[in-house]
Amino acid sequence: MKALIALEDGTVLTGRSFTGAGEAVGEIVFNTSMSGYQEILTDPSYTGQLVTMTYPLIGNYGINDADMESTAIHPRAFLMREYQAVPSNFRSTGTLADFLKKFNVLGIEGIDTRMLTRIIRNEGAMKAIISTEDLDEASLVRRAGDWPGLVGRDMVARVTAPEPYGWTDDGPAVGVGYPESDGKRFKVIAFDFGVKFNQLRILSEKGCSVQVVPATTTAQEVLALEPDGIFLSNGPGDPAGVDGVVDNICNLLGKKPIFGICLGHQILGLAYGGSTFKLKFGHRGGNQPVKDLQTGRVEITSQNHGFCVNPDSLPDTVEVTHINLNDNSLEGMRHTEFPAFSVQYHPEHAPGPHDAMYLFDRFIDLMKQQG
Amino acid sequence: MPKRTDIKKILIIGSGPIIISQACEFDYSGAQAVKALKEEGYEVVLINSNPATIMTDPGLADRTYIEPLTPECVIKVIERERPDALLPTLGGQTALNTAIKVAETGVLDKYKVEMLAADIDVIRKAEGREEFRDAMLKIGLKVPKSSIVHTIEDAMAAGDDIGFPVIVRPSFTLGGTGGGVAYNRQELREMCTAGLDLSMTTEIMLERSLLGWKEYELEVMRDKNDNVVIICSIENMDAMGVHTGDSITVAPQQTLSDREYQDMRDAAIAIIREIGVETGGSNVQFAVNPEDGELMVIEMNPRVSRSSALASKATGFPIAKIAAKLAVGYTLDEIKNDITRETYASFEPTIDYCVVKIPRWTFEKFPETEDVLSTAMKSVGETMAIGRTFKEAFQKGMRSLEIGRMGFGFDGNEEMKDLHQDDLELGLTKPNSKRVCYLFEAMRRGMSIERMYDLSRIDPWYLTNLQQIVDKGHEIRELGFSGLDADFLYEVKQYGFSDVQLAHLTGTSEDDIRQLRNDHAIQPVYKLVDTCAAEFESYTPYYYSTYDQENESYPSDRKKIIILGGGPNRIGQGIEFDYCCVHASFALKEIGVESIMVNSNPETVSTDYDTSDRLYFEPLTREDVLSIIEREKPDGVIVQFGGQTPLNLAVKLDQAGVPIVGTPPDAIDRAEDRKRFQQLLQKLSLRQPDNATAHSLEEALAAVGDIGYPVVMRPSYVLGGRDMRIVYNEQGIRDFMGLPSIAGSEHPVLLDQFLKDAIEVDVDAVSDGNRTVIGGIMEHIEEAGIHSGDSACVMPPHTLSPEMIDEITRATRAMAGELGVIGLMNVQYAVKGDDLYILEVNPRASRTVPFVSKAIGVPLAKIATKVMMGISLEELGFTQEISIKHWAVKEAVFPFDRFENVDTLLGPEMKSTGEVMGIDDNLGLALAKAQQAAGQDLPMSGNVFVSVRHGDKDNMVSVATSLAKQGFSLLATRGTADRLAEHGVKCARVNKISQGRPHILDKLKDGQVQWIINTSSGTRTTEDSYSIRRAALDYHIPYTTTITGASSMAQAIATLAKQEITVKTVQEFSAAID
Repeated sequence: MKALIALEDGTVLTGRSFTGAGEAVGEIVFNTSMSGYQEILTDPSYTGQLVTMTYPLIGNYGINDADMESTAIHPRAFLMREYQAVPSNFRSTGTLADFLKKFNVLGIEGIDTRMLTRIIRNEGAMKAIISTEDLDEASLVRRAGDWPGLVGRDMVARVTAPEPYGWTDDGPAVGVGYPESDGKRFKVIAFDFGVKFNQLRILSEKGCSVQVVPATTTAQEVLALEPDGIFLSNGPGDPAGVDGVVDNICNLLGKKPIFGICLGHQILGLAYGGSTFKLKFGHRGGNQPVKDLQTGRVEITSQNHGFCVNPDSLPDTVEVTHINLNDNSLEGMRHTEFPAFSVQYHPEHAPGPHDAMYLFDRFIDLMKQQG
Repeated sequence: MPKRTDIKKILIIGSGPIIISQACEFDYSGAQAVKALKEEGYEVVLINSNPATIMTDPGLADRTYIEPLTPECVIKVIERERPDALLPTLGGQTALNTAIKVAETGVLDKYKVEMLAADIDVIRKAEGREEFRDAMLKIGLKVPKSSIVHTIEDAMAAGDDIGFPVIVRPSFTLGGTGGGVAYNRQELREMCTAGLDLSMTTEIMLERSLLGWKEYELEVMRDKNDNVVIICSIENMDAMGVHTGDSITVAPQQTLSDREYQDMRDAAIAIIREIGVETGGSNVQFAVNPEDGELMVIEMNPRVSRSSALASKATGFPIAKIAAKLAVGYTLDEIKNDITRETYASFEPTIDYCVVKIPRWTFEKFPETEDVLSTAMKSVGETMAIGRTFKEAFQKGMRSLEIGRMGFGFDGNEEMKDLHQDDLELGLTKPNSKRVCYLFEAMRRGMSIERMYDLSRIDPWYLTNLQQIVDKGHEIRELGFSGLDADFLYEVKQYGFSDVQLAHLTGTSEDDIRQLRNDHAIQPVYKLVDTCAAEFESYTPYYYSTYDQENESYPSDRKKIIILGGGPNRIGQGIEFDYCCVHASFALKEIGVESIMVNSNPETVSTDYDTSDRLYFEPLTREDVLSIIEREKPDGVIVQFGGQTPLNLAVKLDQAGVPIVGTPPDAIDRAEDRKRFQQLLQKLSLRQPDNATAHSLEEALAAVGDIGYPVVMRPSYVLGGRDMRIVYNEQGIRDFMGLPSIAGSEHPVLLDQFLKDAIEVDVDAVSDGNRTVIGGIMEHIEEAGIHSGDSACVMPPHTLSPEMIDEITRATRAMAGELGVIGLMNVQYAVKGDDLYILEVNPRASRTVPFVSKAIGVPLAKIATKVMMGISLEELGFTQEISIKHWAVKEAVFPFDRFENVDTLLGPEMKSTGEVMGIDDNLGLALAKAQQAAGQDLPMSGNVFVSVRHGDKDNMVSVATSLAKQGFSLLATRGTADRLAEHGVKCARVNKISQGRPHILDKLKDGQVQWIINTSSGTRTTEDSYSIRRAALDYHIPYTTTITGASSMAQAIATLAKQEITVKTVQEFSAAID
């Protein structure tokens, strides 16, 4: 089914929907990972976005139950050059098309994704609309421009857990309190800004009993649970737009060890008194080189962010620990007085390389030291 | 950390001649490394015996030794040069093995030469089967159950323990030579017997068969700070059981989820760390069970490889160049990515297209051997194709192969149409060079994906994509030409269908489809290979075509020339032509003309992104080339450097109005067309052997009545002497005319009088239209009748008279002038007595151009390029023949040991894969060096077995006398022994096989023979003769199959007995020329 993709700058591309009729509006971004589409689709950080894969062939290995990073698909549409309708992999339990259809998300193929990527690279991430119903180009471009965009909006409220839950071997179990701890030594409160399950899986594997709490949970409520450490998850959108979170994190600083990832890292930056800004087109992929300034080692990282902490805005008590080697942007920081550190990228990978797993150990060590 | 300053001079070992499993990819990696190290200010010393390489160009390394890659010669170079370091990881397995042998002598310690990138322990740990296995188990990775054995008895016991089928892998051999899959005890015994012999360490690993598992490769790089990145993942379409060099491979991997891929990535990183490769690239191979994802490590190569060349071309990341910089101390985050200029080498390339590599085989050259693929590599070349989808890349790959296919089926070739279903299924089950054709036929017949998977174990993902091509083909046929509306035509072009396929499917012509595309404005666009999927701006114009919305190739306003490359390597067309194309590019750069390269061979220097100003990685078909020409609108196209591939396009391009620079295409036709060529020679009063052209058996028989037997028969318009043979009787003529390739050809057959015992001479010359200068006259060692590509030759001529040389010079100039040659020309002559015969004239670059250029120290291809651009030889200062004071000997290298049941006799059809050069001030030593470089050990004493055909017996006497004088004992069968005895040469007799044991084979097997001289007329005159030659090959006994060859080898041995080999750089040889 024919579909048009219109960008706010007036560009219109033609593609085909492989998931039936539909329409989606959002911020159009690209991801350069060559595998891991299921994890990308289920990453809540993509809320409000239309995701283009630069790798042209998508769907090859199907969909399975184990690679879910949340319980739903978050982008509003998924774009690629050629959809692979017949998957082949021993773990596959279904096709990408059926998966997208189940969540009413548009799947679009047949577009020149490289052209689209080059436009986004040159013009920046843009507002865009995809439709199989409205094929009037002028109307589509206007409607894309009318969409309010992500800047300044609170997207976290849409994806954070409405109620606390514990992370168990079988996944989330709704309820307050740390799950039964089978020899798990550390009690961790995880703020859910749009958490990826693999963050919770890894914390759990590393000996943490994890209680996930909604984004706006207060500092008092958290401290009442007497955690050994606090984890700030990834999440969608503009950190500056998130309501009722930064003050709480401020109040937790210095109280307990804190580890932040992605949006959690940006929120920490705001809590430190720093500011964030929007990158032109963001970092989304599994090949971003990050240098650990302490060791001089380079790690290949999984990334997904459109906003970034401005290093110049940070107080002297915050030290930059990691930088991106492609554009020298800030990738990691550490508070020199409080036990708090964070990274902009995704050490929990899923998808992407496992190079940065040591950060979870660093969190564990910090809890050990403080405990 | 900056580069090391404690080392100044670095020795690089090249990979030697082109053989199966070691082709021009090591020239590509070596040339990159030499350039990179020179850029950093190091003094680079290079040793490589292969003259056809860019890396051995005198301007590249500071000091270049074209010397045998023997430990002895490397040691001599070390003693003479005293380098600070040795870099052994860029010259393939040959360099690695040679470096180990040199290190074992203690020379490196003695002269304090540091081994860079990977020291001897690392190499041993990676390459020694047992050490590697232990290392893998230590880091928790699985390897197939296996056993290391050193004797046949142990092998049989281990085979029973592991269970059949069992994989046999000899240690320390090239490309898995001697390996295979043994299905039963008898096969195991045979393979182990051969394998133990081939292994440098008399060691074999027997291993659990993972037949049918999925196979993957990862290209890994590590720097001295332990930063590790993966450059590329490669998935083999063919399942385990087929050597990766013989597999169709795809990049990136297609059928693993991210979780499985990342586990493999972790494993690769753990492996390079555990093995301890300090810096540089490695290749790690894995097998994955398609049923449950179980991961096994197969092997790792601690060096750049064929796969790393492929990965470099597939991603744009120059692995060898970066490896060289890492070796001298840089880290990945210090090296800029050339392509993006703003990012560093410490990242992992991501690609936004699909890459398909397809091997090119030459089983047709070795009809005695079965067309079966296994764990020992058989292909001689490969092609790579890039598309936005697998389907597009695969179809482009099929037409890049230049085997007459224009895509995946639907091109009029229906050789499998009438195949019995059982044979079809067997063709799918048993891997072979035509499996893709069997797949097409199976799909055409409607076989289910499940069934095809069961038979072939090719992953259903690939089968599904291929099936989609077939289904689309049927749809095109159904809708017909009128069904090709703009949308549908665009869609099928996106599927990779060529115009020829569409023409075939719609019953129209290629030009009709072309016209239709033009009417609908459907043209390919060109996209960039940029390492980063467009995330960053890129500056390197490396393009591939596709059918998509946006074009990224913006031609410049400069004066520009397109150079058409040679496509995949094959026997008869290989690195020599790539060398010429690269020189064309260099020459254009020197005169400020933009160079645009078109080629499809990932192994080459020509497809390195910084060789030319612009690079199109594209099939060399009329359609693909014309599309590029339409986009670029070049001032001219060079067709005379890439071998037969571009030459075959010359007329078609000319007809399409494309400006061909240099020699006009009509001259090519005049040289190729028998009648026109005859007229030309008559006009110049030059002589050729009696000859005729025949279109039918009747014509051929009539013609031979005039010419007389024996005659040389061959098809017209081929390179490498394909199907060429010497025919002695009527039955031979009938056989020849009945060959499927002859009977089915539109071109006539050529018959030539065979000039027995004539000396063959090769001449390369360059002409600017007014003046012709001869680059070199090469006198063949083997007599006329043996393909020039397979003959050894000597420069300058060692037996020709000055008058004859004058005559050759005069004839060459006359023909160049008459043909209007502008650029290069090659002539093959035969000298019989005082008569000079013209055998062949080729107004194009020849295989010997690099050899001649190295011998005389003048880059002929570069000069020819400039001449083609209108600069006269006088302006270039090349007006006189160069006379050299040294001797240069070219020797051919053959792949016989790769092919079972193949005879080693030489004939008019070319069989060699590569060549070496022996260069010395003394002819005997130059001959000796050439032999050693070709891998032939020169016996200095012992027994020489002599068995020659009747006609050679007299000529044998002088060789035998000379050998006897040097203290060799002679051994011969009755006939030869009698003749030698008549001439007073003492000779022991030995039984023929038919005369009962102990016979000659027993002697060979017992190591009682150090050299075999065996000549034979025709093929397999007697089984004896064949068994002897094959045994020579299998037991690595030096052998010679011509008297002239034996005579020159005897001369080499005699010189070697008196004089030690010394080494000298090509720069020194050149400097001695005035």
